[in-house]
Amino acid sequence: MTIKTFDKRTTADAVIGKLRDGMTIGIGGWGPRRKPMALVRALLRSDLKDLTIVTYGGPEVGMLLAAGKVRKVIYGFVSLDAIPLEPYFRKAREAGGLEVLELDEGMLQWGLKAAALRLPFLPTRVGLGTDVFEQGGFKTVASPYEDGEVLLAMPAIPLDFALIHVHRADRMGNSQALGPDTYYDDWFAKAAKEVAISAEEVVDRLDHSYPEDAKANLFERCFVQHVVEAPGGAHPTSMPPAYGWDMAALKAYAASAAEEGGWDRYRDEKVGPDEAHYLAQAGGIEAISKLPFPIF
Amino acid sequence: MTAPDHTLAELLIVACSELYRDNGEIVATGIGPIPRLGASLAKSTHAPELLMTDGEAYLVEDPVPIGPRGYDDRKPSGYLPFSRYFDSAVWTGKRHAVVSPIQIDRFGQMNLSYIGGSFEKPKVQMLGARGFPGNTIHHINSMFVPAHSTRIFVPGEVDSVSSVGYNPARRLAGADFSGVDLRFIVTNLCVMDFGGPDHAIRLVSLHDGVTVDEVKAATGFDLIVDGTPPTTPAPTAEQLEIIARLDPHNIRATVIKGNPSGTRG
Repeated sequence: MTIKTFDKRTTADAVIGKLRDGMTIGIGGWGPRRKPMALVRALLRSDLKDLTIVTYGGPEVGMLLAAGKVRKVIYGFVSLDAIPLEPYFRKAREAGGLEVLELDEGMLQWGLKAAALRLPFLPTRVGLGTDVFEQGGFKTVASPYEDGEVLLAMPAIPLDFALIHVHRADRMGNSQALGPDTYYDDWFAKAAKEVAISAEEVVDRLDHSYPEDAKANLFERCFVQHVVEAPGGAHPTSMPPAYGWDMAALKAYAASAAEEGGWDRYRDEKVGPDEAHYLAQAGGIEAISKLPFPIF
Repeated sequence: MTAPDHTLAELLIVACSELYRDNGEIVATGIGPIPRLGASLAKSTHAPELLMTDGEAYLVEDPVPIGPRGYDDRKPSGYLPFSRYFDSAVWTGKRHAVVSPIQIDRFGQMNLSYIGGSFEKPKVQMLGARGFPGNTIHHINSMFVPAHSTRIFVPGEVDSVSSVGYNPARRLAGADFSGVDLRFIVTNLCVMDFGGPDHAIRLVSLHDGVTVDEVKAATGFDLIVDGTPPTTPAPTAEQLEIIARLDPHNIRATVIKGNPSGTRG
C-alpha cells in the first residue's frame, strides 16, 4: 500500500514559469494593500508580455506597465492611496494606446462573481447613465419578468491565473489572511482557472499550527494550486498585522516615474535579480516587520 | 446671539453635518477631512442612528478622530470591509456619500475620471470612475467643493460622466433610475440643492458675507435663486468643542487655502 502525499509548495519563479504571453491575470489585494508583490516581482523579472491585468490596482499595475508586460488593464481603480494617482499608470494612460476597461468598483466584483459562478453575465443597474457604459462597450438585457426592467449585463471576467498574498498557508493550499479587510480575494480565487498564493509563512498543516484562526480562511483550498513562501512578500504594500506599508519606498517608486530612465534604475536597484536582493535592499524582514500601520 | 469665533472650515463641517439630518439608519461616508468630520459631528449630535466606519473595516458608534492616533484606538461595534460595502450599503441603498468630484455640471453629473483629451488618450488622467456609477444609481449622494469656481461647476457637460445625474438625454429607456437621489452641494461660498425645476441646481444659503453675484460668477451654468437666500448657520460653541475633539491635530485648518475665518465682516 502507498500513502500519497499532498503538497502544493513551489517557488515564485516556478509559478511564473506556468504563465504564458497573452494570459489574463487577476491580482488580489486592494490599492497599496496586501498585494502579492513577491510574485509580481518574479513576473517583472520574466520575459512574459501582452498580459491582461485584472485588479483593484496599486503599484503592481504601474510596475508591470513600466516593464512592458501589459496589453490591457481591467480595473476598479489604480491608486497608491496616500499618493492618489499611480504615476506610471497615469503616464501610460496619457500617452494613449493602452487598452483599458475602466469599471465601477462594484462592477469589477460583479464580473468576477459571474466568472466564479460560471455565468456569462450578471445584471446590474450600475454603469447605466454614465460614460462607463459606452467606454466599456456594455450591452443591456431586459428582465424577462413583468417588470421588464432594462439592466446592464456585466460580462463575466474569467481569469487564467490569480496571484494572491496571505499571512499563512500550508502545503495543501489552506490559507489565512489576518488583516482587518479581506478585499475581494475570494472572488479572484474563484474566477481563476489556476491560483497561486504566496504567504508570509508556510507550514505543513494549518490545522496543527493555527487552528484558532480558521475564520481567517478566505477561500477553500480547492481553489489553490500553488503555494509559495514569501516573507515580506507584500512589501512595499501593507500587510497588517504583520507590517504596514512602506511609505518611503512607495514615494521613491513614485518619484522614479518623473526621472529620465527612472524605471530602469528602479528595476535594477530595487527589483534586482531575485527576491533575496529585493529584501536586502528593503532593509531585510526585520526592518519590514517594524513598518508602522497606516491610520485612516 | 453672536456665534463664537470659528473658521470657514468649521462652518463647512457643520454644513456637512446637516446633510445627514433625517436620513435614517444608513451608512454615512464623508470622503476627505471636512465631509468626514461633518458625518462624525452629525453622529455625535443630531443623528446617533447613523452607521459609520473607523475609516477602514470596522463599524464604530463613537466616531474615530482623524489624523495620527493609536492604530487600535477604536471600539468596533460591527464589521464592514470593502466587499461587504456593496452587499450591505451601496447596492442596498443604505448609504449617503459626500464626495468631491473634479467637475460637476448642471445635471449633477460628476466627473472623477479624467480632464481633457479623450478616454483613449486623456490629457490628464485622474482617479477614474471608482465607485461613482454604483453609488449614484443606488443611494443618496451629496458633494463637497472646497474651491467653488467655473473650473468645477462647468458649462455644458462634464468631460467624462462618472456618475448618474438628472440629464434626460442619458436616461436609457426602460432602465430604473429611481434610486438617483442627489441632495446637496456644500462649497466654500454656499450651500446648494437640486430643488429647481427638473432638479436644477438651486441656491439654499450663502455663507457669511458672500453675495449671490459672487456665487453666480463662480458657477459655469445658470443657478436657480429663489428670493433672498438665508445665511448658512454658524457653528455653536458645543459643535466647535466636538469638532476639536474629532480633529485633535487641526487637519481642518489645511483644507481651505489660508484657513480663513467663517465671518467675512
